Amino acid sequence: MKTDVLIIGAGGAGLMAAIAAKEEGVDVLVLTKEYPTRSQTCMAQGGMNAALGNVAEDSVESHIQNTLKSAHGEADEESIRFMCSEAINAVEYLDSIGVCFSRTGDGKIAQRRLGGASAPRACYAQDYTGLKILHTLYDRANALGIKFVNDTFLLEVLKDEDGKACGAKVLDIRSGELKTYIAKTVILATGGYSRIYDKYSTNSTASSGDGIAAALRAGAKLKDMEFVQFHPTGLKNSSILISESARGEGGYLLNSKGERFTDELAPRDEVSRAIDEQIKKGEDIFLDIRHLGEQFIDEGLPQERKLAKLYENVDPVHDLIPIKPVAHYTMGGIAVDHRSQTNVERLYACGECANHNVHGANRLGGNSLLEIVVFGREAGRNAAKTAKEVESLSVPAHTECFLDREFTNTVDFYKYKEKIGNLLYNKVGIVRKKSELKSALEELEMVKSLLPQMGWSDSSEIYNTNKQEFLEFRNIVEVSEVVIQSALGRDESCGAHYMEAE
Amino acid sequence: MKITIKRGDSYEIYELEDGSYTLLEALNKIKREIDNTLSFSSGCRSSVCGSCAMRVNEKEVLACSYKVQDGDSVEPLNNMPVVRDLVVDMDKSYEMNVKAKAWIKSFNDEAVLDHEAEKINEVQSDCILCGSCYSSCPVYAVNGEFLGPFSLTRVWKYVSDKRENDAAEKIETIQTNGIWDCTLCNNCTVVCPQNISSKADIEKLRVRSSMFGYSDPNFGSFGGGFDGGFGFDGSPSF
Ligand SMILES: Cc1cc2nc3c(=O)[nH]c(=O)nc-3n(C[C@H](O)[C@H](O)[C@H](O)COP(=O)(O)OP(=O)(O)OC[C@H]3O[C@@H](n4cnc5c(N)ncnc54)[C@H](O)[C@@H]3O)c2cc1C
Ligand code: SF4
Ligand code: SF4
Ligand code: FES
Repeated sequence: MKTDVLIIGAGGAGLMAAIAAKEEGVDVLVLTKEYPTRSQTCMAQGGMNAALGNVAEDSVESHIQNTLKSAHGEADEESIRFMCSEAINAVEYLDSIGVCFSRTGDGKIAQRRLGGASAPRACYAQDYTGLKILHTLYDRANALGIKFVNDTFLLEVLKDEDGKACGAKVLDIRSGELKTYIAKTVILATGGYSRIYDKYSTNSTASSGDGIAAALRAGAKLKDMEFVQFHPTGLKNSSILISESARGEGGYLLNSKGERFTDELAPRDEVSRAIDEQIKKGEDIFLDIRHLGEQFIDEGLPQERKLAKLYENVDPVHDLIPIKPVAHYTMGGIAVDHRSQTNVERLYACGECANHNVHGANRLGGNSLLEIVVFGREAGRNAAKTAKEVESLSVPAHTECFLDREFTNTVDFYKYKEKIGNLLYNKVGIVRKKSELKSALEELEMVKSLLPQMGWSDSSEIYNTNKQEFLEFRNIVEVSEVVIQSALGRDESCGAHYMEAE
Repeated sequence: MKITIKRGDSYEIYELEDGSYTLLEALNKIKREIDNTLSFSSGCRSSVCGSCAMRVNEKEVLACSYKVQDGDSVEPLNNMPVVRDLVVDMDKSYEMNVKAKAWIKSFNDEAVLDHEAEKINEVQSDCILCGSCYSSCPVYAVNGEFLGPFSLTRVWKYVSDKRENDAAEKIETIQTNGIWDCTLCNNCTVVCPQNISSKADIEKLRVRSSMFGYSDPNFGSFGGGFDGGFGFDGSPSF
């Protein structure tokens, strides 16, 4: 199968890239391991930043400064300037294709304040910002006649004899067949890697870093992989996110003795560390929103009430909500330049899997939806322009296929998936120590060496999710290894990477 | 507790610990610990991605928001080809959004959307494309070309959007295998996890279609429907 621009991933970033590339007049094909509207982008609730100044004074410059500050000196000012300046444009675009942003009485797009912002800057669509952006982008892609192939799992990025990206090798999940797609340029938009923390992550089960691992195997550079943002309030048992707005609206954090122990409105990393410290002292931690009252909770935090009842068997109107900090967003990813290009020619990346140098060591709430739209578009445009210059499709050089190796399937990988999650959370988590990082790396290398003894026990070719999960597990192992190595490479604390003396 | 899962033509019974947990948690437990071959889809675990729709005791639910109970009988969605176990192929139903032209065709720069206008299609834009409505729809069951509940809800979302300048094409598109084929049985409304009533949206589209000069082909003649309708300025709002 052939196309001009091949896009892998159909979240906000992939869809925006597809739309932009198609508008350049080239052939576009999008592959996704689920269906486009099921991508993790649908889970974003809080909002998308743009200094519209609709409800209070604001400026692009303040947005830039807030973002720079949060990045702890690890971001690129020029990229941030570009993203923040394009934000207004991006929101106008989304509005023009029909995203139902919440409105003020006089017909402007409503905005609310998220952590670290000097003004109410996040445009939102009730509690469903990501859902509505994702679905509307999908509708726009349909309007343009963009083709999707669903239930398709990226195995490897293919390169030609000259080392230029020229397609992808995939597993058709429905039929079990291996397929090759050939393209002039390839864009990776496969999302983040927080699921390496297994049960300690708010993310969709799909966020296993597949695109990042495949890029690495194809020779692409990764950057800042140690920067993992922990959200202070995941539900204790399930790690499902309880929105920051619960604290924003006045919720307290309490320990088992019923004491408050931190400023609930401090940045995410500080609050997460304060909670972590309490947990290490043996405390259980709770979010208390009882005092906000039933009426307020039902109007302002209905999803939170529903999820707490469902997953913790508590009703936040009368009970405390048990919480713990969990992995939420991964700042690191595939290194790209201003044109969203990786160091592998004709290979582009955008969205959470890429590192456009805009989040540095800490991402601001609302900047991720912004990033996927702004840089998704850049990646799409640039990949399309390059594709137009490429005269003919190349032939991929031979790559070894992981699935052809021998797997004895005597060791259960599910157990190790959980083990890696625990290992990372305990030793490569909110607070890190050199000795622990080293021991984590050793343990991980041990797991890696067991891969040939693992495998899948389901022998069916049809929709074999057991095999798919094993492929994801392989990526989890490879990405985790880089995360630990990167963490070891940075001695000092910086943003989300917090080192404690031995 | 015991739950039964339909797998192809047979039913399999799984024994699980008693307790209070979601069906999705139960399925994950089976997958990881009891039977690696069980196939199902999931993603967000928080009722927003639409992946885990299935039927329990003959009613559509999201596995991640349903508390599993002793004796539950679980099956895949109806009216769509089953790929394997609880996984169905939704490509064709997704494609209905394309057939129905569910998008903004011509953007009206001048439209002012205020807080009130926002409410017009707030509920419709909550759809998570879980497919529960297609599974419950008796018309879709017999006519695979019927545009179906979620795509018609989506059309209403765009038709009712003040930013759409040109709804005529969409209204025309939904005349065949669309709004007039629906029996208004309300099944789709009952099963929707997002409290959307496609039935009500279809009724609104019927009214809007009449304003464009179309009429129910099941009553009276369909001819002549195209004149008179074009002067309509789109002012009434629902
Ligand atoms: C609960 C939650 C709340 C959030 N709230 C906010 C918020 O309020 N504001 C904000 O700015 N950000 C928020 N975020 C972050 C934001 O949602 C994500 O960073 C962003 O949506 C990532 O988009 P993406 O397009 O890069 O990736 P995704 O949406 O994750 O999409 C990835 C795509 O790649 C595909 N894919 C993955 N692997 C493969 C493979 N092997 N083969 C083929 N396809 C593959 C997937 O199927 C999917 O289509 C939140 C995140 C979470 C989890
Ligand atoms: S209308 Fe309701 S039932 Fe139908 S797909 Fe949308 S959310 Fe699901
Ligand atoms: S009301 Fe109409 S669309 Fe809904 S289930 Fe009944 S026939 Fe189908
Ligand atoms: S897993 Fe997303 S809706 Fe159930």
